[in-house]
This record gives sequence, C-alpha cells and structure tokens, in this order.
Amino acid sequence: MYEIVAFYLFSALIIGLFLITVMSKNILYAMTSLAAGMVLISGFFFILGADFLGVVQLVVYVGAVMALYAFAMMFFDATRDIKEKNTNNALVFLLGGLSALVLVLMFAAPIFSENIQALYPMHEGVGNAQDVGIVLFTKYLVPFEVAALMLLVAMIAGIILAGKKMDVSLTEDMGADDEIMIVKDEK
Amino acid sequence: MIGLSHYLIVSAILFSIGLVGVLRRRNLLMLFFATEVMLNAVNIAFAAISHYYNDLTGQMFAFFIIAIAASEVAVGLGILIVLYKKQGSLDLDDLASMRG
Repeated sequence: MYEIVAFYLFSALIIGLFLITVMSKNILYAMTSLAAGMVLISGFFFILGADFLGVVQLVVYVGAVMALYAFAMMFFDATRDIKEKNTNNALVFLLGGLSALVLVLMFAAPIFSENIQALYPMHEGVGNAQDVGIVLFTKYLVPFEVAALMLLVAMIAGIILAGKKMDVSLTEDMGADDEIMIVKDEK
Repeated sequence: MIGLSHYLIVSAILFSIGLVGVLRRRNLLMLFFATEVMLNAVNIAFAAISHYYNDLTGQMFAFFIIAIAASEVAVGLGILIVLYKKQGSLDLDDLASMRG
C-alpha cells in the first residue's frame, strides 16, 4: 500500500519537476527543479531496495553534480531569462516522443522473452551495500578502476579548462568592466 | 501492485522529456540539464530491472552511468566556461563558427 502511494507520488512529482527543468526559461529555476527531481529519484531507489544506489544518487548527483552546476552558474548570467528562438514545438514533441517510444520498445523487447536469468544474483541475507561491494570488487574490478582513472582525468581537465585566464572578468556589463580595467591600468 | 512495467513507463516518460529538452533547447547549459534528465531516467529503469529480476548487474550499470555523468559534467562545464569567455554567450546558434 505504502509502495503504491509512494510510487505514484514520486513519479508525479518527478515528471512535473523535470518538465519545469526542460521548459523553464530561467536557469536558476531549471537547476533547482532538476536537483529536487534527483532527490525524489533517490526515493525510487530506496523503494526498489537499491539502498546504496540511492545514497550514491544523493551524494554524487544532488551533492556534487548540482554543486558543480551551481558553481558554474556563477560564471554565467543566472538571473536573466534565456531568449531562445524555438523551432516548431509540435514537431519536436512528436519526434521526441516517437524516438523515445522506439528506443523503449527496442530495449524492452528482451524482457518479454522467458529465459532471462540473473547474471549476478543477489545473495540471501546480505545487505544491499555489502552485496554491491562483493560484485563490484570481484566481477567489475577493472571497470571500477577505469572509472576511477576517468574521473581523475576529468577532474584535472575540468580544472585546467576552467582555470585558463581566470583574471579576466566575465560579467556581461562591459562598461563597468572597462572602468575596472582602467582603474587597474592606472595603478 | 506496482510492477516492472510501471517503472519502465515512468522511465520512458522521463526519457522522452529529456529528449524533447535536447531537441528543443538552444542554450548549452539547458542542454546539459536535459542530458542529466535522460541519464536519470535510464538509471530508474536499471534499478527497477535489477529489483524485479533479483540481479545486481542493473545496479552496477547505474553506478557506472553516475560516474560517467559526473566526469561529463566536470569536463563539460570547463568547456562551457572557456566557451563563455570566448563567445560571451552559451547559445547553440552562435557556435556555427566551423561552418567554413
């Protein structure tokens, strides 16, 4: 009973929040609703018994990725509304819906076959985090190491890319910038 | 009772929302947000399949998707900042500089 209520509540809220993310003209609203939707998605993971995945979703996605977005938004104009010239909306919705449907059918097709068996079945009486650890550090050790290396490379690349020419002001108000630059030059 | 198909339907709806966002948005930061929506939709599907087939592979793939998304954000935001310093905007239509 609680599962049904939680499922419908979470899915309605997530769909609404993600619609705001996609439709909103304001970056701040879009980012806030995206973060809220991701928190609720971790609720889905807890319902599904994937406790560790839910915690990772909260820590990595809502904690780290959203903080990164919020940090990056300081470089851009967050309060101004975005002007976008939109193409034909009905066509976009039709194409998006159709291709998503085709994709889902493609990936859902194996589900209807009968002889699916678990590759790494869950162990009885073992908690989810422990179980994940067992599989991750035995069967998926090499991909895990590769992912760690990739995160390191991405971190260094991000720092180097963002750190280039950090002394140049980025704000849109060029007049004020020029004044600051003039003041700097006079010194 | 809630079955696997319920979760897959929610995942498909969220995926199409993200796809519409990718097709519709012209701002690069908004494009990134739409990509995150799509990745999260796929993660829901993986977790649900993992639960209903009693198999841990789905959760493993969800972990790797999260790791890839995190590194994508780290590199992508760096590129966006460099681009904003160069162009002064994040509009996709302004980026046709390689058209020749």
